[in-house]
Amino acid sequence: MNAALPVLLLLTSLVAATATFFLPQESHRLRNLLNLGGAVLKLGLIAFMLIQVVQGTIYETRLEFAPGLYLLLRVDALSLLFVSLSAFLWLLTTIYAIAYLGNKPDLSRFFGFFSLCVAATTGIALSGTLISFFIFFELLTLSTWPLVVHKQDAKSIAAGRSYLTYALPASALLLIAIVWLESTVGPVEFAMPADLRQLDDTSLRIIFALFIAGLGAKAALVPLHGWLPAAMAAPAPVSALLHAVAVVKAGAFGVMRIVLDVFGLDLMAELGLALPLALLASVTILWGSARALQQTEIKKRLAFSTVSQVSYIVLGIALASPFAVIGGLAHLVHQGLMKITLFFCAGIFDERAGITRVDQLDGIGARMPWASVCFSLGAIGMVGLPPTAGFITKIYLGIGAVQAGAPWVIAVLAASTLLNAAYFLPLVYRIWFLEPGAAITAGDAPTERPLGLIAPAVITAFASVAVGLLAAATFSPLGWATLIAEREYLR
Amino acid sequence: MITSATIFGLCGAALIGLGLYGFVTQVHLLRRLLAFNVIGSGIFLLFGATAARTPTGATDPVPQALIITGIVVALAATALGVGLVLAYVRISGKACLPEDADTIDGGPHPSSHEDPPE
Amino acid sequence: MILSLALVALVAVPLLAALLAVVVPRRGALIALLGVAGIATALVVLVPALVRQGVLSLSIGGWNAPLGITLRLDGLGLAFLSMVATVMAAVLVSARPQFAARAGSGETRSQWAFWPLALLLWSALNVAFLSRDLFNLYVALELLTVAAVALVAIEGKAGSLAAGLRYMMFALAGSLAYLLGVALLYAGHGTLDLTLLAAQGIGSGRSGGTAAADLIAAGLITAGLAVKTALFPFHAWLPPAHSGAPAPASAMLSALVPKASFLILIRLWFEALPELASPVLLTLLGALGAAAVLFGSVLALRQSRLKLIVAYSTVAQIGYLFLVFPLAGGDSFAQPWAAGAWTGAVFQALSHGLAKAAMFLCAGVWIIAVGHDRLDGMRGLATATPMTAFAFALAAVSLVGLPPSGGFTAKYLMLTSAFASGQVVWGAVLVVGGLLSAAYLYRPLALAFAKADTPTFAPVSRRLQLVPLLLALAAITLGLASQTPFSLIQIGRPASAVEGLE
Repeated sequence: MNAALPVLLLLTSLVAATATFFLPQESHRLRNLLNLGGAVLKLGLIAFMLIQVVQGTIYETRLEFAPGLYLLLRVDALSLLFVSLSAFLWLLTTIYAIAYLGNKPDLSRFFGFFSLCVAATTGIALSGTLISFFIFFELLTLSTWPLVVHKQDAKSIAAGRSYLTYALPASALLLIAIVWLESTVGPVEFAMPADLRQLDDTSLRIIFALFIAGLGAKAALVPLHGWLPAAMAAPAPVSALLHAVAVVKAGAFGVMRIVLDVFGLDLMAELGLALPLALLASVTILWGSARALQQTEIKKRLAFSTVSQVSYIVLGIALASPFAVIGGLAHLVHQGLMKITLFFCAGIFDERAGITRVDQLDGIGARMPWASVCFSLGAIGMVGLPPTAGFITKIYLGIGAVQAGAPWVIAVLAASTLLNAAYFLPLVYRIWFLEPGAAITAGDAPTERPLGLIAPAVITAFASVAVGLLAAATFSPLGWATLIAEREYLR
Repeated sequence: MITSATIFGLCGAALIGLGLYGFVTQVHLLRRLLAFNVIGSGIFLLFGATAARTPTGATDPVPQALIITGIVVALAATALGVGLVLAYVRISGKACLPEDADTIDGGPHPSSHEDPPE
Repeated sequence: MILSLALVALVAVPLLAALLAVVVPRRGALIALLGVAGIATALVVLVPALVRQGVLSLSIGGWNAPLGITLRLDGLGLAFLSMVATVMAAVLVSARPQFAARAGSGETRSQWAFWPLALLLWSALNVAFLSRDLFNLYVALELLTVAAVALVAIEGKAGSLAAGLRYMMFALAGSLAYLLGVALLYAGHGTLDLTLLAAQGIGSGRSGGTAAADLIAAGLITAGLAVKTALFPFHAWLPPAHSGAPAPASAMLSALVPKASFLILIRLWFEALPELASPVLLTLLGALGAAAVLFGSVLALRQSRLKLIVAYSTVAQIGYLFLVFPLAGGDSFAQPWAAGAWTGAVFQALSHGLAKAAMFLCAGVWIIAVGHDRLDGMRGLATATPMTAFAFALAAVSLVGLPPSGGFTAKYLMLTSAFASGQVVWGAVLVVGGLLSAAYLYRPLALAFAKADTPTFAPVSRRLQLVPLLLALAAITLGLASQTPFSLIQIGRPASAVEGLE
């Protein structure tokens, strides 16, 4: 039974994906049932496993490919953190996407690849070896491409091309890093750290750099972030998937695995790799924020904001002090909740009122109150005002920086917070305090219906506040991150 | 003293050289096929000469069997080649490949990857 | 008894079917299907026997080597036989609409000739996988060449006749080099049987004959086989020949034909002459392979016709195979497997066969839909023929070497050997080659995915679309379930595959 659970977790998305491909466009009900059912089932499984894992259970499944080349699925606390985030957001994004796409063409292809993406993300989260991780990582790249080019117009195709131009060379670097490491130390399992000292320091440093470069393209670390703003050509649910559920998160999660489970915090410090990684993360944080400030399109601004925010996760890991690691781990969930709220709302603004630019937001608060409230909550969270989730992260990172003896990080955090405020608060101001522009007053009052469109945004918005308010609970992201850190990495 | 096997071997080598020269320098397809056969005959002769390798002077029968098989195979290949050349000449009016055409009539060099009509 | 029968059937069934298809007109398709059934049965009988008993051999008529003809089935041969059987079954099924005689109308020459030629090709391939005698292998190669050349020229147009003739000139030159090498080897050692040659330990100083003569002989054989495998710089004949033939024929030519000469090449070096190889020679073969990967990929990027892209991709993919020569033996003690590079090359050959056949069959579907194979006509095809686009994408995944696919398993095994033995340059070739193939395969895929302004495509039957999808899935499955083929291939593996050449 224990061996079956990880496979079941994977199959909930995989079966939904495979079956969806074969459905004709008209069978909406069956398609929705498959995808929503899969998501609900998955959440149920995760809830069960969360309770078991607290008590110390580990689920493990091994599937042999070739001697030494096996797929290991392993459910531990860290994988559950990521899986529960992606499963929860998968359910909400599916509801949203059903309402958003309505009866547009190629729905079966869309939802098929959408679920496949989630299956790949689940695989990434559950991977117990480097090779398993790589296999699912590539599956994610491939299954995301049809979503990015879903509209099939020239702009989407260009975005898809840009995505692959970053992703495929990056995965080649990742493969080199894995093979280089494994050709000396044998297959690397996350749960059983290999003795990397068989390699000399220089090789280890190069391998680390290759890993970070390979994962950094997905995690949108500067200068490998260029594909992310371009990918905004895709429909809103895809943006949500890229930024919160799957792709960017997979990159950040990979960095966690490499630092925490492959190299280990101690070896990273010994090799003098912690500081360069922290610097890279800091540069990304500031650069992303600065670029976000320059954008006039809402979705582009959000995209650069992601570039910046995801690097908090990397920064926390790089600092390697208890509070910083916990803050980084928790931010994986926090950022996901806040950013998906923003994208849901941006999608609603675009779809229902034709608003794509910042200056069109004037006075929308009165017309679309629910979406505006949610958007504002997400924005405030991103800035890091108490009591939101973003605040918790920044506090933990700040304390962690002091613990790690790197007070300069606090300056980075402060500067970033100011920049966040500078590009998010004007939006909030425009939404609530400016007179509606011509674009809004001219037509009929825009509507936030159907319920499927607005409800996911409301849920994630309040969740992002709740995880901040209830941060002390065991099953809050912060509580869980503390559990992971104490159990695995900070003994 | 030069044994007869050596003479056969040398003749074989000479034939191979001659044929190779023809195969490389000639662009006419029929001449190339003939050159192929000349080389083939040279190799068979050489092969036959190796049959005398046993110190007792008895002839090794294996090469002879192989040569006979080889001749049959070469015949089949040549027959197919001639058939193709004839068909090609009938359609295109030329007896050399497109990329070699300029070496004969000095015409423009057509692409060697010329699209066959679909 | 039944095993001997099955072994003989692998060679005899397609040969008899070919003869039958010559004399019975208008029934070629049916006869070919009977041939598929016969081979499938034989393979089903042989696989468990091979697993149980190890290498199977049969001396025909009771005559042993060096006089008699011996058929010997090892894991390597079986892997190739099964791959060829899978591809041939798919090709013969998809060739039906094009080459089966229609009721009420006469049978054209190409409709009549296709079936015997395809079956003859199959028989020649099977002989090449089962024989142990270099001269026997020569006959198999010649038979293969004759059938392949005829298939290239089957449509009888000026372009395809020229492509066939060019192919023939290269192939004949290769045959002659091979034959001359065989004659020299026989002169030196008095046998052409691979096992007996291996027993003499050629190159180790224990054997008769001079080292120089042995090297010249082996070099000539290798050069001849390299020409037939279309290794760079002998590849010029391949793209026009493979792209000029009708799609089912292209699939056989590109996916299967080069594999026979490659298999003989690795049998020659790893099984018969492992001690003759020198580092210079191994590096040379590896370098030619690397050049093929880069050159073929760059040329593929510059083509504007789908079938030419796929054909140049074959030039590049064949290059990977030759990396086995420098890489073999580069196993790391940290890895739980042996003979990584050797097995990887075999996986590469197998998965390339499946994926490349799938790709050419996809091209065939699209040629029916569009009427030609120029890239600019491909817009909107993914919407019109989603199954084919998916099949093409899956085949591309395997060719690029992305997981999970047979191509990935191959790349991973070879890459690990490259790093374990410190030959990072070959590893870089593998990685860069993968990226380049992603680039040239992305172009047709992205175009197929783009919206068409006025899509008017001829309808294509679902069965014709399903076949390449199944083949591409087989290429993926080869990676997902590589455990079984991996251990099968190891049956009868030569020691040098583990230790490496030199």
